[in-house]
Amino acid sequence: MTVDPAIRRGLQGHIATPRFETPFHPRLAALSTTNDWYSWAGYKAPHSVFDSELEYFAIRSTAALFDISPMVKYRIKGPDAERFLNRLTLRDVRKLGVGRVQYTAWCDDHGHVLDDGTLFRLSDQDFRLCCQERHLPWLIDSARGFSVEIAEETEQLAGLALQGPTSFAVLEAAGFSGIEHLRPFQLAMFEHDGGVAVVSRTGFTGDLGYELFVPAGAALSLWDRLWQAGQLLGIQAIGYEALNRARIEAGFIVANADFITAEAALRPDRERLPDEIGLDWLVDVEKPYFNGRDAILEARRKHSLRYILVGLEIYGNIPAEHALVYHRKKKEAGLVTAAIWSPLAKRNIAIATLERPYGDRIADDLWVEIYALREQQYHKLMKRAKVVPRPFVKLDRRSATPPGRF
Amino acid sequence: MTSFDVIVIGGGHNGLTAATKLAKSGRKVVVLEAADRMGGALRGEEFHPGFHADGLAHVINRLDPEVEDLIKLPSSSAPVTPQTLTAILNETGPAAILEGTYGERLSGVSADEAAAFRRLREKLLFQAGILKRFLKRPPPKIGAIGAGDLAAFASAGFGLIRKGREEGRDFLRMLLMNVADVADEYLTDDRLKGLLSFDATLGIHLGPRSPTSLLGLYYRLTGEAAATASAHTTPGGRAGALAAAFEAAASAAGVMLRTKTAVKRIIADRGTATGVVLHDGEEITAPIIVSAIHPKTTFLDLVDAAEIGTGFVRAVGNIRSKGNVARLDLALDRPPQFTGLTADQHKGRLVIARSIDHVETAFNPAKYGEFSPDPVMEITLPSLHDPRLAPSGAATLSALVQFTPYDLKEGWEAGKPKFEALILDILERHAPGLRATVRASRLMTPKDIETAYNMPGGHWHHGELQADQLLINRPVHAAVGYATPLKGLYLASAGSHPGGGISGLPGLLAARRILAGDRR
Repeated sequence: MTVDPAIRRGLQGHIATPRFETPFHPRLAALSTTNDWYSWAGYKAPHSVFDSELEYFAIRSTAALFDISPMVKYRIKGPDAERFLNRLTLRDVRKLGVGRVQYTAWCDDHGHVLDDGTLFRLSDQDFRLCCQERHLPWLIDSARGFSVEIAEETEQLAGLALQGPTSFAVLEAAGFSGIEHLRPFQLAMFEHDGGVAVVSRTGFTGDLGYELFVPAGAALSLWDRLWQAGQLLGIQAIGYEALNRARIEAGFIVANADFITAEAALRPDRERLPDEIGLDWLVDVEKPYFNGRDAILEARRKHSLRYILVGLEIYGNIPAEHALVYHRKKKEAGLVTAAIWSPLAKRNIAIATLERPYGDRIADDLWVEIYALREQQYHKLMKRAKVVPRPFVKLDRRSATPPGRF
Repeated sequence: MTSFDVIVIGGGHNGLTAATKLAKSGRKVVVLEAADRMGGALRGEEFHPGFHADGLAHVINRLDPEVEDLIKLPSSSAPVTPQTLTAILNETGPAAILEGTYGERLSGVSADEAAAFRRLREKLLFQAGILKRFLKRPPPKIGAIGAGDLAAFASAGFGLIRKGREEGRDFLRMLLMNVADVADEYLTDDRLKGLLSFDATLGIHLGPRSPTSLLGLYYRLTGEAAATASAHTTPGGRAGALAAAFEAAASAAGVMLRTKTAVKRIIADRGTATGVVLHDGEEITAPIIVSAIHPKTTFLDLVDAAEIGTGFVRAVGNIRSKGNVARLDLALDRPPQFTGLTADQHKGRLVIARSIDHVETAFNPAKYGEFSPDPVMEITLPSLHDPRLAPSGAATLSALVQFTPYDLKEGWEAGKPKFEALILDILERHAPGLRATVRASRLMTPKDIETAYNMPGGHWHHGELQADQLLINRPVHAAVGYATPLKGLYLASAGSHPGGGISGLPGLLAARRILAGDRR
C-alpha cells in the first residue's frame, strides 16, 4: 500500500509531539532556570527546576510542589469494582474504607509483579488506581466477568504533590478548611475553581505531605492558589532528582528502577515475586483469591524465592549507585538499584536487590564495590555494607494529626 | 445440600466415561446433565414425525477400545461388520470406492493410482501410529516431564527408526505439511486428492493448502472403530444405541444420573473448587469436580472470574472454537439413488469433494463469513442401517456440510434458506429425483449446534484442532493434563487432550489422572 507522504505525516501527528506537556507546564517552564527536562511516561517533566540540592531541602525544610500529572491514573467504577480490585491486587480491598488510600501492588498469574501503586476509594463503587506503567489491556482483560467500567484518566486529571513540613500550613493558608482532620492515607474532596479537588494525605517523600488531583482545566488555578498561599511558607517547585533523594530516604521503591515489572522484563529471570522486592507485607493470604496467589504461596512453601530487596548502609560518603554487592569481597551477591548520601540521616544509604541467601540468611560480611569517577579516573572503593531496615528516615511529622504548622 | 466423591458436569460420552471409570474404582459419582437425556453429541432426536436423526456424530470412527470395554457395548448395538466403505461421488460417472481400513481396497481408479494410494496410505498409517501413542496418554507437562513421558518419547523414537532413518526424516518433514502438497506428491487422481483434503479438514478451519492441515488427517487415522485401526462406522442408529450403552454402563457402575440438571456455577474459594450450585439453587459438594463440557463454558460461565487468574481467563477466552460444519437431516419418501453407486454402496460414507481445488475453493468464503456456492460434504443414509429411523419405505439422509461459517455475514436468518436450497441442489445433481422426495428437512448451522448442544461456537472438537491448540496447549497451557488452576476441578471434554470425536479418551484419561492423585 502506498500512501502520499503528506497524508501519512498527517496521520502520524503524534510524532510532532514526542513529549506531551503537563497541564502545569506553563508554570514549571516559567520557573525553570536549569531547563533540565526528562521524559516521564511520555511527558516533559523537570529533572531539576533551579537547584536540585535546594529543591531537596525544600522537601525537608519547607514545602515542595512536584507535578505528578504524568503518573498513570485509572478510574474503576461499578457494582463489582471492589470485587474486581480485590482479585486484581494483593491487599484486601474490602478493608479499604471510603475516603481511604491503599499502597498496593498487582501481579500476573505467575505471581510476578506488574506494578505497584496507590488505590483511592472515592466512594463505595468508585476507585482510582495510580501507578508508574500503563495497564489498560490488563485491567480490561481482568474485567471479564465483572460489572465494572474502566477508564484511563491520565490526561484528563492533573496532579500535584505538595510535600514538606509546611505543606499543611500552605493548604490551610490556601483555604482548604478542614484539612487538619486528614490522617495519613485519607482523602477528602474540596471545592476548587468551581469543581472538585481530591486531596489525599499521601506522598512519595516520607514527609508530611499531600497529593491534589483536579481536572486538567483547573490545573493552573490550583498551582496559583498554592503558590500564593505558600509564598511566606517557603514553597518551591521541584524536579525528580530532589524527589528521588527523599524517596530513597523513605525507603520507597520505583517500578523499573528498583525492580523490573513483569510486562517490561525481556529476560525470564528478571521478573519478581512480591516477596523478592520487599512487598511480601502486601500479600494478604486470608483474603479471597487474587492474581498470582497460587504462585506466591507455592514459592513460599517451596522456599523457591530467589531474590530479596534490602536497605543497605554503606561506609563512607560516596553514593553507591548501581554498584555490585559482594559477600566476603569475592562472591557476587547483588546490585544496588538506588543510592544517595542522605543529608537527613547523615548516612550513606542504598536500596539493593540481593540473591538469596545473601540478605536473607547471610547478611554479614557484605561489601559494595563503588567506582567513583574523579576527573577521568575511577577510584575503586570496596566499602563495607550493612543490611538495615527501611525506611532510613522516619519522621513523626509525617503521621501527626493534626499536623504541625512549622 | 448433598455430597458426593465426584461431581461430573455434562452427560456427554466423555462425562459418562469418566463417571463410569471413577465409579468402578469405588467413588460415589453423580453426573449432572442440563438436557433431558444423557448422551451429549450422541443424543439424537425425532426431527420430523416418524423420522429420527442420530446426534451430531454421524460417523463413529475413533471409539477407543478401552472405553468400549469399559462400557461393555452390548452386542446388539455393535455392528456385525464395521462399515468401512467410502464413496467419492462423481456426478457424471462411476464413483471411486475405498473399502477396508481407509481404502485397503480401491475401485474405480487406475491400477497405478491404486498402487500410489497404497504407498501413501501405508506411510500415513505408519506416521499416525507414531502419533497415536501420544493420544492415549496425558499430554507431557513441560517442566515436569515424568518417566511415562520419557517412555512415550522413547517408544516414538524407536518406532520411527525401526523403519530406518529415512522414515524418521520423512515423518519430521511431513508432520506440519499441508495435506494438498502431500496428496500431490503421491497421487494424480483428483477424486482421491479431494477425499484426503476433505477428511483432513472436516470440522477444522483450515483449507487443504493451509499449513499443518495434514494433522487433521493424522488425527482421523489414529481413530479406531470396532478395534479396526482407522476404519469408520456409519452408525445408522448406532449413535443412539451407543449413547444408551454409555448411560447403561454408568448406571451399572453405580453412578447417579441426573438430567434436566443445569449447573449454574462452580463453587470455589482461594484456589479450591468444592462443589456446584444448580439453577434451582440446590448445592452439591464434592472434593472432585469433573467438567466434561466446553472449557470456555467451564471457566467463563461457571467459575466466578474472581476465583481464577486474569492470564488464565485471557487464555481460555482466546481458545478458537467457532464451528465449521453444518448438519443437514432430510426425511425422504424413499431411499435416494446416487449416480454411479450400487444399492449396497449407499450404506457407506458418501463424499462430495471433486478435487483439492474444490475443497480449497469451498474453504475460501468461510474465511470471510460466507458460505461456498459449491460446498463439500459427507453424506450417510442412516435408515439403510436401522429401518426404525424412518417409516416403512421412507428414508433419512444426513449430511455434514464443511466450511459453514459460524458468523454468517448476512446473518443466518437470511442465509439459512439460501444455503439449504443450495445444498439440496447439489444433492439433486448427485442423486437425480431426490428433491421431489424430500418430506422435511432440518439444517443446523454451527449457531444452531451451539444452542442445541450447549457447545460454544458449535464446534464439535470444543476448540479448533490445530497445532497451537493441541497436546501441551489443549485447551490452554495452564489447564493441560486435565487438572486446572483450581484444585479439585478437572476437565474431561473434547476440549482437552486428545480432542474431539467419539473416542471417550478425554474422559478416560481425566479419570485416570484423578485416580493417580498427585502421584502422576
